[in-house]
Amino acid sequence: MSKTYYNPADLRKFGNITEWSEELGNKFFEYYGKVFEEGALTAREKSLIALAVAHTEQCPYCIDAYTKDGLQRGITKEEMMEAVHVGAAIKSGATLVHGVQMMNKVNKLEM
Amino acid sequence: MSKKSLLARNNDLANTKRQLEILSNGQFSNGELPTFAKKIAVTNQFPLRPKKLEVLQINLGYMCNQVCAHCHVDAGPDRKEIMTKKTMQECLNVIKKTGAHTLDLTGGAPEMNPNFKWFVEEAAKVGINDFIVRSNLTIIRANKKFYDLPNFFKKHNIHIVSSMPHWTRGKTDKQRGDGVFDKSIKALQELNAVGYGIPASDLKLDLVYNPSGAFLPGDQKALENDFKKALKKEFNINFNSLFAITNLPISRFLDYLIASENYEDYMYSLVEAYNPEAVKNVMCTNTLSVSWDGWLFDCDFNQMLNLKVASKVNHISEYNEKLLQNRNIIINQHCYGCTAGAGSSCQGVVA
Repeated sequence: MSKTYYNPADLRKFGNITEWSEELGNKFFEYYGKVFEEGALTAREKSLIALAVAHTEQCPYCIDAYTKDGLQRGITKEEMMEAVHVGAAIKSGATLVHGVQMMNKVNKLEM
Repeated sequence: MSKKSLLARNNDLANTKRQLEILSNGQFSNGELPTFAKKIAVTNQFPLRPKKLEVLQINLGYMCNQVCAHCHVDAGPDRKEIMTKKTMQECLNVIKKTGAHTLDLTGGAPEMNPNFKWFVEEAAKVGINDFIVRSNLTIIRANKKFYDLPNFFKKHNIHIVSSMPHWTRGKTDKQRGDGVFDKSIKALQELNAVGYGIPASDLKLDLVYNPSGAFLPGDQKALENDFKKALKKEFNINFNSLFAITNLPISRFLDYLIASENYEDYMYSLVEAYNPEAVKNVMCTNTLSVSWDGWLFDCDFNQMLNLKVASKVNHISEYNEKLLQNRNIIINQHCYGCTAGAGSSCQGVVA
């Protein structure tokens, strides 16, 4: 029997986390639902942000969920890929900007 | 994408009994998901009963110039089932005495029935002034003999309802066939040119959005705004409303769900999105569906599953509205498609 840490069917069970800590679980889902409502940002914009973050967090459940959510909202695959690139650019930028720290350290240590 | 119907391909699913078997097995027989009957019983909505009859939806034939991947009718150029003038006459006899105010013509491409115009004219003579034609748009450009359809529609003030899965060429052609997007755009521009869908015009042009894949439609209003913005900007096209319709797990869409290994997840999504409010207004409660050969059904989907009305009277030739209205509506797991989220009907959301 093959065992993996991630099972796609587990996403459906997300709501079950309330079973072992009802108050905190319910508060989280209430907050979560509220965050994604139409606000100063449209629900469509929020969906694309969520998709980008899902990738930088490398959460397979979130990627499944927000890819489907995007399709339901009529978001095109080009828009989705651009959002993923935004996440990737920030990720790589966050790595590279630390290059300045490395440069500072080298400059400090070298004669 | 296949250019042939399931029937012409001798596909297992052309057999409606096989489809009903699939819809009753798996998750629904092992208790993982509740059957539709059990689900609506929770809110005391079982058995489902008709309300006042408002719409007669008549299927003029399964022939179509397109072979859309999701088609629940399994329509296409190879389908020869076409309503005869004799059956149309039987429909007209019913139209004279029915309480229904709207005549909803569908197919296939209803315009491909050689007696389409005659039927509309006769129905207008016997008092119908609320017509809907479910036009696939490309038919208007398919052949010279159809070029005058926009004017014919206008003459009878027919409400046009047309499928348009997306405002981009790629997504549209993938679902509906190569070249469909460009032809649909041209047809929409022609309908606009005679006054359809223009602000302040009373010629109504609505679009239908079906998801092109194994996911549910999003918010109807948000999609309508996106469609309006894009079609206006790119092609200067106007339309009235967008109806977001859920794909029901039958016929070609069921075939696709199974082949792409999306069936179980899709059924799960439908059940998860179940909304008891939508049950109150599902279209089978105010509509009767008539097949090309005159049989009566609770809806177009039951027609495609060959689930005739549960009544002593089940053919247009022996129509009796009082008897028919006193029936239980036949349901199965495909009905979850009409009750997901804000609900789904031929007129879009219902809740």
